[in-house]
Amino acid sequence: MSPVSRGFRRKREAAPADRVPPGQYVTRDFPVLSAGPTPHTALSKWTFSIDGGREPKSWTWEEFRALPTETLTTDIHCVTRWSKLDTHWEGVSLDVLLGAVEYDAGYVLAFSDGGYTTNVPVADLLGGKAWVAFNYEGAPLGAEHGGPARLLVPHLYFWKSAKWVRRLQLRDTDVPGFWENYGYHIYGDPWREQRYAGD
Amino acid sequence: MAGTAVRGRLSWQTATVGPVADETPKVRTLRLDVPDWPGHRAGQHVDIRLTSDDGYQAERAYSIASAPGEPLAITVERLDDGEVSPYLTEEARPGDMLEVRGPIGGYFVWEPGSGGPLLLAAGGSGVVPLRAILRERSRTGSSVPARLLYSSRSWEDVIYSSELDVPPEGVSVIHTLTRSQPPSWKGYARRVDAQMLAEVAWPTADRPLAYVCGPTNFVESVAAGLVGLGYPAGRVKTERFGATGQ
Repeated sequence: MSPVSRGFRRKREAAPADRVPPGQYVTRDFPVLSAGPTPHTALSKWTFSIDGGREPKSWTWEEFRALPTETLTTDIHCVTRWSKLDTHWEGVSLDVLLGAVEYDAGYVLAFSDGGYTTNVPVADLLGGKAWVAFNYEGAPLGAEHGGPARLLVPHLYFWKSAKWVRRLQLRDTDVPGFWENYGYHIYGDPWREQRYAGD
Repeated sequence: MAGTAVRGRLSWQTATVGPVADETPKVRTLRLDVPDWPGHRAGQHVDIRLTSDDGYQAERAYSIASAPGEPLAITVERLDDGEVSPYLTEEARPGDMLEVRGPIGGYFVWEPGSGGPLLLAAGGSGVVPLRAILRERSRTGSSVPARLLYSSRSWEDVIYSSELDVPPEGVSVIHTLTRSQPPSWKGYARRVDAQMLAEVAWPTADRPLAYVCGPTNFVESVAAGLVGLGYPAGRVKTERFGATGQ
């Protein structure tokens, strides 16, 4: 039972409970949270690769952009408690990318420019649930938000949507990524409020 | 052993507001007395949860302002359209109760073994975790040289000004005041830029360690500037106050 904080009153409108997970508030901003400097990789040097399957697979930027794309409208939820509703993205579905490799792995560890990593089960990347996104609100995704391309896994807390993603490693076992090693939840479901290890 | 059980998860703990101190017209430091506080490291943060008498709850994260070994304290800047910060900076008084969960975060953390020299760059209330780092440096008797480059709008907006006026040996504090300056001001009077960083930052040959905290545009520009000076990206730790919309 939480103690009452004397004199504290609600100032915000109630967030729609079917849209906003517990403990979150809605923001119109698009805050930036990263652990280090923003990397800048020239598109001519950018590749996206998947390894750990039968054969490694890699795309140049041109090859990647030649893949079929999807546009989507989705809500995003950051573990620091902001949620942003109805964001518009364009990207390549992970169904397409993972469909290009043969594998028998249950987990992915994503690697980004700058050294960031995060882990996601393969099942959370398939079935129209995840993308490598390169456009945001109709314009190329800005570097501070993860451009040229970021992972987009909107049903998990947004740290799973790795900025500057460059590589997916398919793995038989789940290993913690960057924030997961610093005490954040291994899976990160906002609807179950899995913010920190043990939640 | 009592009190040392490993927590399987971080649980909410009741905190009683202790003494409060106004740092600036918009910024207040609150001591939070938590009976079973497990201790923290310099640079970590806590989640704060407020509950209204009708059961409504709001949670936010705040950087810890105190060094490890000191009583838990947070320093909060009031955001006028905020819900939690106006309460903490205007309404809360000693004896009030709220809930705390933490400490959280193991990346933006300094310990004596982390080394240096330290370049600490703060924009506005981004100084809070860096102040915890400076206090930890003093508390542990570390001799790691440290420079704090601190960007504020005006002198009235400088948080911890009396403490920073008399830095301990080995620490220097360099202010820049971006919006208005006192009449006799001789310091920097502009946003942090590459030239300022070149003048203030330790040379890369010293293998410095940088901590940058502030609003997004401040952190983006300082971190990029340090990388431009040759700082390896892995030696530039950042924490952004994105959610304030600044």
